[in-house]
Amino acid sequence: MAAHLSYGRVNLNVLREAVRRELREFLDKCAGSKAIVWDEYLTGPFGLIAQYSLLKEHEVEKMFTLKGSRLPAADVKNIIFVARPRLELMDIIAENVLSEDRRGPARDFHILFVPRRSLLCEQRLKDLGVLGSFIHREEYSLDLIPFDGDLLSMESEGAFKECYLESDQTSLYHAAKGLMTLQALYGTIPQIFGKGECARQVANMMIRMKREFTGSQNSIFPVFDNLLLLDRNVDLLTPLATQLTYEGLIDEIYGIQNSYVKLPPEKFAPKKQGDGGKDLPTEAKKLQLNSAEELYAEIRDKNFNAVGSVLSKKAKVISAAFEERHNAKTVGEIKQFVSQLPHMQAARGSLANHTSIAELIKDVTTSEDFFDKLTVEQEFMSGIDTDKVNSYIEDCIAQKHPLIKVLRIVCLQSVCNSGLKQKVLDYYKREILQTYGYEHILTLYNLEKAGLLKPQTGGRNTYPTVRKTLRLWMDDVNEQNPTDISYVYSGYAPLSVRLAQLLSRPGWRSIEEVLRILPGPHFEERQPLPTGLQKKRQPGENRVTLIFFLGGVTFAEIAALRFLSQLEDGGTEYVIATTKLINGASWIESLMEKPF
Amino acid sequence: MNRTKGDEEEYWNSSKFKAFTFDDEDDELSQLKESKRAVNSLRDFVDDDDDDDDLERVSWSGEPVGSISWSIKETASNSGSNHEREQLKNRNNFSSYTQLPKPASTYSLSSIFRGRTRPGSFQSLSDALSDTPAKSYAPELGRPKGEYRDYSNDWSPSDTVRRLRKGKDKLQLLEEAVSMHDGNVITAVLIFLKRTLSKEILFRELEVRQVALRHLIHFLKEIGDQKLLLDLFRFLDRTEELALTHYREHLNIQDPEKRKEFLKTCIGLPFSAEDSAHIQDHYTLLERQIIIEANDRHLESAGQTEIFRKHPRKASILNMPLVTTLFYSCFYHYTEAEGTFSSPVNLKKTFKIPEKQYVLTALAARAKLRAWHDVDALFTTKNWLGYTKKRAPIGFHRVVEILHKNSAPVQILQEYVNLVEDVDTKLNLATKFRCHDVVIDTCRDLKDRQQLLAYRSKVDKGSAEEEKIDAVLSSSQIRWKN
Repeated sequence: MAAHLSYGRVNLNVLREAVRRELREFLDKCAGSKAIVWDEYLTGPFGLIAQYSLLKEHEVEKMFTLKGSRLPAADVKNIIFVARPRLELMDIIAENVLSEDRRGPARDFHILFVPRRSLLCEQRLKDLGVLGSFIHREEYSLDLIPFDGDLLSMESEGAFKECYLESDQTSLYHAAKGLMTLQALYGTIPQIFGKGECARQVANMMIRMKREFTGSQNSIFPVFDNLLLLDRNVDLLTPLATQLTYEGLIDEIYGIQNSYVKLPPEKFAPKKQGDGGKDLPTEAKKLQLNSAEELYAEIRDKNFNAVGSVLSKKAKVISAAFEERHNAKTVGEIKQFVSQLPHMQAARGSLANHTSIAELIKDVTTSEDFFDKLTVEQEFMSGIDTDKVNSYIEDCIAQKHPLIKVLRIVCLQSVCNSGLKQKVLDYYKREILQTYGYEHILTLYNLEKAGLLKPQTGGRNTYPTVRKTLRLWMDDVNEQNPTDISYVYSGYAPLSVRLAQLLSRPGWRSIEEVLRILPGPHFEERQPLPTGLQKKRQPGENRVTLIFFLGGVTFAEIAALRFLSQLEDGGTEYVIATTKLINGASWIESLMEKPF
Repeated sequence: MNRTKGDEEEYWNSSKFKAFTFDDEDDELSQLKESKRAVNSLRDFVDDDDDDDDLERVSWSGEPVGSISWSIKETASNSGSNHEREQLKNRNNFSSYTQLPKPASTYSLSSIFRGRTRPGSFQSLSDALSDTPAKSYAPELGRPKGEYRDYSNDWSPSDTVRRLRKGKDKLQLLEEAVSMHDGNVITAVLIFLKRTLSKEILFRELEVRQVALRHLIHFLKEIGDQKLLLDLFRFLDRTEELALTHYREHLNIQDPEKRKEFLKTCIGLPFSAEDSAHIQDHYTLLERQIIIEANDRHLESAGQTEIFRKHPRKASILNMPLVTTLFYSCFYHYTEAEGTFSSPVNLKKTFKIPEKQYVLTALAARAKLRAWHDVDALFTTKNWLGYTKKRAPIGFHRVVEILHKNSAPVQILQEYVNLVEDVDTKLNLATKFRCHDVVIDTCRDLKDRQQLLAYRSKVDKGSAEEEKIDAVLSSSQIRWKN
């Protein structure tokens, strides 16, 4: 079982076991030996739910990734397609089934849609003449996947684009479904707060779904005290800034996928004598990153500048522990030392890995360009020179830095100025189109529609008001021993997390003016509980708030929320849910237009 | 992470966190309907206890990631022949929409419509979808799927349509679907409406139903029904979207000639004023590139032109951005007269490339060819008296950086470092790129003895630079400030 999921205030293993059970039930329904054909995108998220051994116990003998033409040979009775409900995948599945029909013994085909069946897809299968070939066509509602003891994600890559560009509510519906599942397992959440258009809609859906199931009363004692639903477009600024926590930087530089990161192998070469330094590994080093690893849990949320000292302290402790062997004289002492060895060796391995990662990151953060970029970001966020063409951005374009990097920082300037002056916007647009290609008109249009890169309308820059009221920029930031969430961006306090912080104390009534500036409605709903389930909080007991980011959340924001959870007089602990774990680059990329 | 069992026990007991115990689990799960099943399956948890230990080593196939057998299995599926694909395509064409094999059960629209027999109730819609007698908060969890079986087939779609002959009913159906927020259901209803309503009525009704309208747009984009999508935007008078949607299609056209022709059809579409100019430029650029490409490919293969022999082209210029095209033209066609399509000056004029952009690109191209004369000429201006003067619209510090990137020799670098106006920047650059003379002269002019002393420690012992520094330091003419 995944122990780290049960460390937190809310035992998320309960959710994991529930979805595992559902998977087993489906597999058992298809009696006999099986092969699973995976939509490749799903293998990552599924890996967080179950390992191959579970599938093997249920007679899964072969696994393939979904590809065109015919399936590889497999001597099994059942073939199960596990796929997202997407039309292009249906075409491939149909191709597989049709070519399979024409050869060999008859198989039983099944299809498992994740997370939801889709009429559109089944219609497509029908049009392709294969719908009738499937014995079981079902859905596997893997809405919220537990990533860590306090973190859930739907890993729905297109959620932001669908919600804020196309106004398609499908992913909101899935979010609401996921929240209903959580409530079935952890009790009705008595209070719902929200800010933003999508938040409002999710709350509406939840209330409606609850009404539809009036037949049964949920009799589970509530674990969560509050739910806070936040639209990503309430805070477009935060993901654009470069994250400066350890985990945030790993994600910025190497990209964390389903809690795994791939790193350049050179730094991880085993140091063996006699090898003569040849045979360097060429395949990327893949590491899993979660709180199951003690050291990682300790440093992941720290500002990167505070990581070095922790690592060196750890190194001293571990070498001291190994030195202990000289003091072990009696057989009993030696035995005790030996019994601790595995733990010590694991700790040493973990320390070696993170020292290497920290070195890799340091190479980047000490580069001149990183410093220049950070300077410009911080100027924008603190309100300096946001209304004119920035020479660093000009230079980046002239030197043809990656387009995503350029767009990210231009968007940051636009957001920090409540939109750019038309002249400035036109200038940037022309430079970008001439340097990177005219077809990016489409991407620029998307960014404008999402509110990320737009002309200033109404002629008023509201960002300074928001910044001052919410204290988004803190000049005296302590990176080593932080006293405020602004440490995660070395000065900038993420707006989204500030909203959560102010909600818990003193309440949003104190910031009505700012809430009116930010887009979308803010609201509060109550879900009444039967008297038997009403909680009497012990003095000093913290409230538990589930905070749901609709459209994505960054690791730096998660770090800031964990910081608030750990404050002694904080009063609130957070469990975080999101449609997708994002960073500025992956977010902008999801908004770019590509060929069909 | 590879704790042994014994360690694990100890870890659990000593952990300050609440350990995960099956008793706790049981308590919470028993609240669910199927506590019995849950308890039974708890035994399974114990059994697959081990699997997390495999986390790093085992891939989805149960084999070590990257092992040969894993990759073979991964590639095996590529072996299907093209012939088969072709057959498949033909077959699909025949089967689609005409002869549908009888499905075992249909996930038909009827399941939704059935709810209509109990008018006005929302519950009915969801009933139709899950059709389970007992309701619970999360029907998916733990309940055997067989219970919802397949949406039953008691009304065929045509039956339903007969019942919904009135347009009003159809729209009411749409409204109910929208208020359920389930995109899947909304789309299903839209497919139905699209088939049964005329385009004009469908568009008109959706215009006042924004949510459904957005779903239709999304749906049309997904299935690639470009024609209907354009009709819809036209009807809604959403002109800019209409233009962009049409323009977007060029991304799918590979053939350059066809792409060019397509772009031509985009000119004059109702883009914003700014974008109109860009679209026009896009067309003109591709038109140019096609001409240049044909010409240069010919020159290159003829093998008579020195520049192409010395520096063979790495890629075709087709579909490259404007600045890349300008670079290409500065590289291969620098000296051409303004009249030719491939000359840099012509590009500059046609696309109104700003002076800064032009100089930067030309500099990079000529420096790459180590054509220092051209670099010199780029920055030399004559005033009306005939005096020459060096001037750089991009600032000489940028010139120096670019020259250095293209490994210009020190003499060349030095010349441009000297032209940097700001003394601090100049000194920094000179130090960074080891232009000794500039550093020494600047320190002397600044009368900064300390800095010069510091620099002395950085140059090689016994070198000409050291000698020069010593000479300056011992000069009695200079009144040092420190």
